[in-house]
Amino acid sequence: MREEIIVSGRMNHLIDPYLQIWHWPIPFYLFVGGLAAGILFFAALMTIRGKEEQYTAATRYAPFIVPFLLVLGLGALFIDLNHKPYFWRLYTTLRLESPMSWGAWTLMVVTPLSIIWCAINIRYIFPKWQWPYEWLKNLDAFFVKHKMTIAWVMIISSTILGIYTGILFSAFNARPLWNTSILGPLFLASGLSAGAAVIAFMGKTHLEKTTFAKIDLLIIGIELFLIIHLFMGFLASSQVQIEAASLFLGGEYTAPFWIFVVFLGMVVPAILDFLELRGYPIPTVLPMILVLFGSITFRFIIAFAGQASRYLY
Amino acid sequence: MRYAMAIDTKKCVGCSDCVVACQTENNVPIGYCRDWVVEVTDGTYPQLELEIRSERCNHCSNAPCVRCCPTGASHYAEGGIVLVTANKCIGCGACIASCPYDARFPHPDGHVDKCTYCNHRLLEGLKPACVSVCPTKCMYFGDLDDPNSEVSRIIKKRKWKTLIPEAGTSPELYFLI
Amino acid sequence: MATRRDFIKVSAIGVGGLALAGSSYGLLKKVIPAVKGNEKAQKVIPTRTPTYCEICFWKCAAWVHTNDEGKITKIIGHDSDPHCNGRLCPRGTGGVGMYYDDERLKTPLIRTEERGLQVFREATWDEAFEYIAGKMKKIAVEHGPECVALFTHGSGGAYFGHMLKAYGSDNIGAPSFAQCRGPREVAFQSTFGDLVMSPERTDIRDTRCLVLIGSHIGENMHNGQVQEMSDAIDKGATIITVDPRFSTAASKSKYWLPIKPATDIALLLAWIHEIIYNEWYDKKYVEKHTYGFDQLKEHVKDMTPQWAYGITGIDPNVIYETAREMANASPAVIVHPGRHVTWYGDDTQRLRAIAILNALLGSWGRRGGFYFPEKVDVPKFNHPPYPKPKRNWRDAFPGMYNLAEEVIASGICDATIPVPERECAFKGWIVYGTNLIFTLPDQQKTIKAIQNLDLMVAVDTMPMEITGWADVILPECTYLERYDEIRVSPHREPYIALRMPATEPLYNTKPAWWMAKELGKKLGLADFFPFETIEEQLDWQLKQMGTSLDEMKKLGVKKYERAADDLYLDENEPFEFNTNTGKIELFSTAILAEGFDPMPKYTHHEEPPEGFYRLNYGRAPMHTFSRTANNPNLTDLMDENTLWVNPKVAKLWDLKNDQYVKLKNQDGFVSHTSIKVRVTERIRWDSVYMVHGFGHRQPQMKRSYFRGASDADLITRVHVDPIMGGTGMRGNFVTFVTENLEA
Repeated sequence: MREEIIVSGRMNHLIDPYLQIWHWPIPFYLFVGGLAAGILFFAALMTIRGKEEQYTAATRYAPFIVPFLLVLGLGALFIDLNHKPYFWRLYTTLRLESPMSWGAWTLMVVTPLSIIWCAINIRYIFPKWQWPYEWLKNLDAFFVKHKMTIAWVMIISSTILGIYTGILFSAFNARPLWNTSILGPLFLASGLSAGAAVIAFMGKTHLEKTTFAKIDLLIIGIELFLIIHLFMGFLASSQVQIEAASLFLGGEYTAPFWIFVVFLGMVVPAILDFLELRGYPIPTVLPMILVLFGSITFRFIIAFAGQASRYLY
Repeated sequence: MRYAMAIDTKKCVGCSDCVVACQTENNVPIGYCRDWVVEVTDGTYPQLELEIRSERCNHCSNAPCVRCCPTGASHYAEGGIVLVTANKCIGCGACIASCPYDARFPHPDGHVDKCTYCNHRLLEGLKPACVSVCPTKCMYFGDLDDPNSEVSRIIKKRKWKTLIPEAGTSPELYFLI
Repeated sequence: MATRRDFIKVSAIGVGGLALAGSSYGLLKKVIPAVKGNEKAQKVIPTRTPTYCEICFWKCAAWVHTNDEGKITKIIGHDSDPHCNGRLCPRGTGGVGMYYDDERLKTPLIRTEERGLQVFREATWDEAFEYIAGKMKKIAVEHGPECVALFTHGSGGAYFGHMLKAYGSDNIGAPSFAQCRGPREVAFQSTFGDLVMSPERTDIRDTRCLVLIGSHIGENMHNGQVQEMSDAIDKGATIITVDPRFSTAASKSKYWLPIKPATDIALLLAWIHEIIYNEWYDKKYVEKHTYGFDQLKEHVKDMTPQWAYGITGIDPNVIYETAREMANASPAVIVHPGRHVTWYGDDTQRLRAIAILNALLGSWGRRGGFYFPEKVDVPKFNHPPYPKPKRNWRDAFPGMYNLAEEVIASGICDATIPVPERECAFKGWIVYGTNLIFTLPDQQKTIKAIQNLDLMVAVDTMPMEITGWADVILPECTYLERYDEIRVSPHREPYIALRMPATEPLYNTKPAWWMAKELGKKLGLADFFPFETIEEQLDWQLKQMGTSLDEMKKLGVKKYERAADDLYLDENEPFEFNTNTGKIELFSTAILAEGFDPMPKYTHHEEPPEGFYRLNYGRAPMHTFSRTANNPNLTDLMDENTLWVNPKVAKLWDLKNDQYVKLKNQDGFVSHTSIKVRVTERIRWDSVYMVHGFGHRQPQMKRSYFRGASDADLITRVHVDPIMGGTGMRGNFVTFVTENLEA
């Protein structure tokens, strides 16, 4: 029998007996960040493709949720900080190797961008909207004129934001479960899928609803493929990663992951999307709720299971 | 200059003096620790082997904690010592999650805390508290770039290992086996 | 900037020099805060004061560091002290926790309800002394002063001892004799005419072969000894460990002999057989210095390794090989006498076998074996002669335990319970710094004895189980807040060490010297306390010793020269041992005269019945007995003990790691508290093991309350050593209780 015990010391709060430094705020922050990235991505994509008029939910209405999501996310991030008075230190330096720094700066770009996007689209929600002050009107005109440029910046920055939600985890080689580069694309896909589901629900036209149902279906397919890839990668890797994967293959996260994330959060909404496309009267709120639920659960599970996976002891 | 520590598992008895000496030297709050002792037993009675290790931050030369710190609070000091500047630390926890040795912890004051190799003592020309207190003299500390330092000599003489080298951190804490 | 750094380095070098230490340290501290840029700290110089540690009996000299607010920050070993060589053990380093423990005794308490119910009222010191003096005077009149006894473990006990002798009783006992090291002292006294002493006179530093019989150096943190064992490992010494448990020391050993418990004497006799019949013994030494070799040779004739194999389970080849290892290293070999050796009731005989083995290997008085230690004496000050007691504890045991040179603490306990044939039972106890409930075996008996007392005084720093039974509790300040006697332990060279307060006592606590003096005054014994303050007394004594209090405050430790160059035996000179024959007695005339076997024999001891396991207990390096279990710093390192269970046994009983169980012993006693299971290969399948000192049930000590279990709860069967009254405690067997743990 091999016995490995800590004789003394190591009862550090939030570290022992197992790591739990990140509670709900971080996965929540990653979820809203991913959702916001998904919505902005499609808003920019449809604008760039010149389909603004056909896909009004994507380009004009859904983005109004985004600033709120981002503020909630930043709030959650702030709650997570243990040394809050020094929050501003995040913005005194840009550290290219640090995902946390990337995230902070990306949000610094995306948040104002999303607000500007809402500002130039506010006229579609309140047709009688008039900006007070001359300089605001000028500013508005300036942004409208450069809408296409903004869209390009937005599609890039939202992709970065979406990938970042996964990189934050995958950059830690200390946690074998997180330490896989698939996590970036996977979280991006999850965010896009959530964004697509929200847009499909908000879509005013049959075209928009079915288009985004198709997109959602496609992305869910990619997600499932990436998940299979993830586990294949783990099982073909080192012992610690095999052990990390076993948390989901018989370990304590098996049931929540496969039931809530994969089945209810991906397979069922995919079937619903498929049925909807076949003409069955499926209320689009159903796949949206399931996708959002799957997406947030996915992040929580990865956050907690990742902290439980380790090298030693 | 490259500071390193070597710990002789053949002499260490796991008394944990290093742990309590660190606490009193560095005013580490009760309930927290910057170093700890691990005991590994292998075999079946009566064919047994025991390895006792006093562990702490490995002051890795490729430290993931320094890499992932968003503010630069975690940094390398002279001699490769990995330190945290408390008033730069926002307490985001990234470095804690990034450490494969779980050597960092959130200080109750909010910032992250860890072993400093007793940097303040090194400036006085003293050894780290854990090294200077150890009753078995199982710890060796010094400059790896100096071939005559006690740590360089013992590492040359003895068989050693580092912990989790596969994590790619290039740890500077050597265990003599 | 560079110049400042250089300056620091230079001044740091000065710390090494003892005479310079005080001044250069101050210099150093003055500069360092400037480096940190701390303007405030720059003005005030932190100080350090000398002490010697009181967390265990090793008494390492140390410096107590205080910060600019006068608060104790850390304790660092004294570089010049041979007990610690500048390195304290975890308990010494964590000694600060004793001072900062906010659950300390804070003010004198007097019992108001029935004894043991623990209802006390706060009292002034004067009230407390008045109460005690009143009772003591009454006992003196009604029963005689001899009926008051002192149990003591710790430095301050000396002052109470002085007070008690002045009062008229010499019944001053420590559990450290009959519950601990007594058998080895008696065995070595009767073999070599000298004691093993404390710190042990083992020359481990220079040994080439160290043999440990159940002694778990490294888990017992007897500092100098642990340090020297580490040095010996560095030098490539062979370590042979005999232990049914894979102890830390066993893991460092070339040979680990996983012996069947209670069969050590058979192994020792087989080793003696091998060494004699292979003619591996030190012939010149044996011929010159020993008595009874031929009888011994005859005695062990049939005690071959094959014979021992059947008893001990140790491979005969291993017995042969290890005997040869010892012989190869001879005389630089130590068959270690151990410390806590009251195991099975034939302990003096087992220690005799160890002493004989050392004698045959010629290690007594040889480099790398046992040296001749020396200490200096503290001059006694003038006081009226102590009254001569009419009786003492020995009268309760007529004709018994004559070889016991110290008081048998458990004997005083026995003699407190009245029996018709005994003239007088003890009526008063003063218990200084020893938690008798945990240290004496058979708790029921101890409590029964206490219930028969007219007066029970407890002097302690912590509200221990024993203080709960007291009539009066006197809260002592910790060793960091007081003066004590000058430390004069025997060592290779004589050293003295000073303890002085690093800070004012917290709460309404007082040092022992003050209590003894004030209580003495109340008893009309003021003449015995000629000095007004302890400083005066220490200064007077130190001046007789060629130093002074002021000098010792700066030095902390002072070394004296040996009277003669006789650390080891001079090969060319005759030497007379302090035994009946003047020789090392392989055949003990003193033990024979008492009516016991002059040479050790193996006797079979009872084995655990079906479903029971031998209860083995020991030490953890971070705790001293039950005394430190509430120390915040040390509790931080280890806050409960675990029950070591072999995986085979765990499987049989379906026990899992970290599961709590209670234990029931052969007499049906169940442990009061439950203990966490640790399934480990490090313990034999016929035994379980736990660290002694946990399972406190004193609610005032919140950090230790109901943490782990106490072996003392289960040691109800005691095998008394007929030679010296030691209480053998390892003949108790336990089984697991997994249900109704709350009850």
